[in-house]
Amino acid sequence: MEQRPNIAVAELAYRIRKHCVVMTGKANASHIGSSLSMADMLAVLYAQVLRYDPQNPHWEDRDRFILSKGHGCAALYAVLAECGYFPVSELDTFYQNGSPFAGHTMHNIPGVELSAGSLGHGLPVATGMALAAKRDGKSHRIFCMLSDGECDEGSVWEPALFAPQHKLDNLVVMVDFNKIQSLGRVEDVINLEPLAEKWRAFGWGTRELDGHDLAAIEKAFRETPFVPGKPSCIVAHTVKGKGVSYMEDKLLWHYRAPRGQDFEVAMAELERTR
Amino acid sequence: MRTAFLKELFELAKQDSRIVFMTGDLGFSVVEPFMQELPHQFVNAGVAEQNMTGMAAGMAMSGKIVFTYSIANFPTLRCLEHIRNDVCYHKANVKVVAIGGGFAYGAMGATHHATEDLGIMRTLPGIVVLAPGDPLEARHATRAVVKHAGPCYLRLGKAGEPAVHSGEIEFSIGKAIRLRDGEDITLISTGSFLQTTVKAAEALATRGIQARVLSMHTLKPLDNAAVLAAARETGAIATLEEHSVVGGLGSAVAEVLAESQETRVPFRRIGLPSAFSPHIGTQEYMQQQHGLDTESVVQSLLELLQTRSTAGAASVGH
Repeated sequence: MEQRPNIAVAELAYRIRKHCVVMTGKANASHIGSSLSMADMLAVLYAQVLRYDPQNPHWEDRDRFILSKGHGCAALYAVLAECGYFPVSELDTFYQNGSPFAGHTMHNIPGVELSAGSLGHGLPVATGMALAAKRDGKSHRIFCMLSDGECDEGSVWEPALFAPQHKLDNLVVMVDFNKIQSLGRVEDVINLEPLAEKWRAFGWGTRELDGHDLAAIEKAFRETPFVPGKPSCIVAHTVKGKGVSYMEDKLLWHYRAPRGQDFEVAMAELERTR
Repeated sequence: MRTAFLKELFELAKQDSRIVFMTGDLGFSVVEPFMQELPHQFVNAGVAEQNMTGMAAGMAMSGKIVFTYSIANFPTLRCLEHIRNDVCYHKANVKVVAIGGGFAYGAMGATHHATEDLGIMRTLPGIVVLAPGDPLEARHATRAVVKHAGPCYLRLGKAGEPAVHSGEIEFSIGKAIRLRDGEDITLISTGSFLQTTVKAAEALATRGIQARVLSMHTLKPLDNAAVLAAARETGAIATLEEHSVVGGLGSAVAEVLAESQETRVPFRRIGLPSAFSPHIGTQEYMQQQHGLDTESVVQSLLELLQTRSTAGAASVGH
């Protein structure tokens, strides 16, 4: 049933980034920085970890990936296209009138499990899916990607309390900790540190890693659950805008779209990483 | 009503393992049989309604029929966006249940007065909104929402409401139940205010006024045909609800009447003003304070009928 693409993980990460630059540049859309910071984690998930079948998106025993930070949807659409859920050419319609590819995840797109966009919704839904899977004796797993700013939401910490109580070790959370939220640096807005300790104190098995180290990410996923009987949380230290030098660690690139000279430079830099 | 709902759901859940009952840590002394006998279909989400609602959507997306249960405004307003986005937008098979509609928890204070829930829930896309009128309707409504694939809101009273219907009823979503016929006015009631509505109709009858009584247990989709027929056939309409006159049954019926070309009839919304009640007390006391006791309701209906006879005399004069 599983139909992962035959693409090397580094190549998949490159393609996700390239699509993100093209999509946001063409659409003059925001959130390129948030898409690039999690591109490596998406590449590992879809190339090496998740069990899925793009020909049968509703396959009952598939692993579920919930992108709770729905504004990073360009990266998700890109990886789904590269993995065969729909033609890559459809990415051209991102943000366009009449397109299904909106600026936040849309569940009518094959492979997208949840329409997100309002933060703090993904983990409750993912937790319900994990609970249902446990109760039904299913072996599939639920993966949920949160943003760091999203961790300001109380509705992140409600399921963070619930999941360990119910021993949901089929649930894996990743926090894309790129250190920048909408109006400033996380440490200046609502400091989250020590973030991994918070999840651990809530009863999760946790690991901190470099969210751009493909081998480390793969190893971490392979070793989940980190503690048997506990849900797992990966606090991934990432760089907003990773892969394009002028975007890296810059709040501006939560909003600005790469156009003109910016676009050319971004594409050239990404090409050099290939 | 609460007891009727829980007993009915318990029986249905024994026969259908997809049914999950999820509570926001409420239901002491009434949910224990379900919890003990069907532990795999029971979830205590804790005091966390946002997560409860999101999890319910996640379980529903995994094939379950999930009931979320709490009191007053907690399962609705507290987690409204989770109902809108996670449940309604995804057409998740989740049934939101609120115990304590209106002033059922009157003495607990305004935080526990569920007086805007119907209006707010009614605006959400793709949800069925039900407020059954007595325990028998509550049992039927419970069965109906299990059968209906998709989001539902079930507003219930508390424990101990009397039966209003004397015999069996035909219950289907979106179809008002006629309890009494008359040609002078139609009283349209929703939720547990049905009891007072029937009493008011009986009081009118002693004055020679024959009122039709409809239990509008479904606010959405509204039984437009029953509203229009009432206007045509009885010539006056009053809506009665233990809810704000903004957004609830009164508004829903007014929308139908206002858009109809054929029906210009005297109309009154009997309910609560859009205000926090300065009072606390029993449901009966609260109804008295807000002009929703039988006597005040009858007085209000007589005033409405007075405007009709005045209007009628004026039109004759033209």
